[in-house]
Amino acid sequence: MSFNVAKVRQDFPIFERTIRDGKKLVYLDSGATSQKPLSVIETESNFYKFHNAAVHRGAHQLAEEATDAYEGARLKVANFLGAKEEEIVFTKNATESLNLVAYAMGNATPGSRFAVTSKDQIVVTEMEHHANLIPWQQLAARTGAELKWFEVTPEGRLDLSAINSVITENTKVVALTHQSNVLGSINPLAAITARAHEVGAVVVLDACQSVPHMPIDVKELNVDFLAFSGHKALGPTGVGVLWSSVFEELPPFLFGGSMIETVTMTSATWAPAPRKFEAGVPNMAQAVGLGAALDYLTEIGMQSIFDHEVELTEYLIEGLLQIPELSIVGPLNTDARGGSVSFTVGQIHPHDLGQYLDSQGVAVRTGHHCAWPLTRKLGVPATTRASLYLYNDESDCDALFAAISGAQKYFA
Amino acid sequence: MELDSLYQEVILDHYKHPLNKGLSDNYGAQVHHVNPSCGDEITLNVTAVDGKITAITWDGVGCSISQASVSIASDLLVDKSFAEADAILNEFTELMQSKGTKEGNPDVLEDAVALAGVSKFPARIKCALLGWMAFKDAAVRINTTTGGE
Repeated sequence: MSFNVAKVRQDFPIFERTIRDGKKLVYLDSGATSQKPLSVIETESNFYKFHNAAVHRGAHQLAEEATDAYEGARLKVANFLGAKEEEIVFTKNATESLNLVAYAMGNATPGSRFAVTSKDQIVVTEMEHHANLIPWQQLAARTGAELKWFEVTPEGRLDLSAINSVITENTKVVALTHQSNVLGSINPLAAITARAHEVGAVVVLDACQSVPHMPIDVKELNVDFLAFSGHKALGPTGVGVLWSSVFEELPPFLFGGSMIETVTMTSATWAPAPRKFEAGVPNMAQAVGLGAALDYLTEIGMQSIFDHEVELTEYLIEGLLQIPELSIVGPLNTDARGGSVSFTVGQIHPHDLGQYLDSQGVAVRTGHHCAWPLTRKLGVPATTRASLYLYNDESDCDALFAAISGAQKYFA
Repeated sequence: MELDSLYQEVILDHYKHPLNKGLSDNYGAQVHHVNPSCGDEITLNVTAVDGKITAITWDGVGCSISQASVSIASDLLVDKSFAEADAILNEFTELMQSKGTKEGNPDVLEDAVALAGVSKFPARIKCALLGWMAFKDAAVRINTTTGGE
């Protein structure tokens, strides 16, 4: 079932404003952050207006209401992912979620399943966002472990041909993205998770670009950790999620209030997950806002959103390929591909192109998209990226095509 | 349109026909600067004799603003003393931070006044400053190793 994009756009107040002297806002940068429906903005605001108190503390009605709202949001996230409540940890963003896993592994008791030593290997891919690369580089540096990676083919797909030599008996963790934020490629997880689990490694999935855009059931993914950011899924900034089914075995990362069971002057024990990983007063209003965002997405239907984006991505790719001198960096079809489309246009530097597009009201991302090793591998210093979401339609793509043609004339 | 204040003809000329691009074999200091948010990179060589800058050469990749700006700087700052270059650099930095309120003094900044429009586009200021900051770094290195000579 499809949905009415024009009606969806009415739910997002930002589309009422104009850009650069009265031009329609053509927002093609949802890969960086999504816009917010009014229900999310009001839910976050109403938390402060009516229910604000520190969760899990206080013997008063507001504390009860705040805790109910916060834990209610956790249940919504769990339902959204096909998970259990105790498997959901709120963080400040996906970057913190991924760092949490890397640091907690660094804190693991020697000899335990998560402990990483100089004899071990950590596996990533060449298409990782810096947020799922640098925490692992650093864990490798701290422990002396070897960092290995899957390469990317010229078509923008993961090269799994050497899977058995990339993931070995010494691999402790395989960290990869579900969908590339640059290429749009959706990675084939089954072969990787099977091989990782065969050698006893855990799989950490960066799902920032997939959870907001497609139906996800964590049980089917067969990964051990999954991270995503609230703000890319119509939610507020300041809230991220880390899902795991193996939290009980993992030591904490941040220490402090709320995450303890007992404390003496010289020692402490930990509360069960998820509390063990949520030290301090959390970003409550933001988590509650994320709950409203997931309600909104669920109401429309994640399969409908995915179908809409695939259809629109096809339109986008076809239109872009009509433009002389334009090259798409990433898959040219919509097989296992999401709605992030990166490209270069002749000799026009992406920064200049982005500036011109902005003058026409078209918002895109330019640069290396926090995936510098990937753009280097693909031989482009930078690209321009258009990324789609449920509120985009063909008219947004048409505006992009026209603006690119305008830029070609402007910079000729 | 507002965009024209950013992309002056002078800038596009420097971008298409950059001055002093191509690194010299000899230099007093060589620096490599990057713009981490967009991936622009520049390598810049500065040569000085008796406290006077005798050559600035560079190579790099980047947007029209960053490339034109380093082209302009490499032409403008040559044959100046380090003190003179520093004064020009300070005036240029002030112009970039002026949020569109200054036009720049063409007697001092010459072609660089064409970059005045950049100050109205906050995201692009670091593009315009990339080559100038590289020069500043190279000047410090030369003066640290030679004591100003």
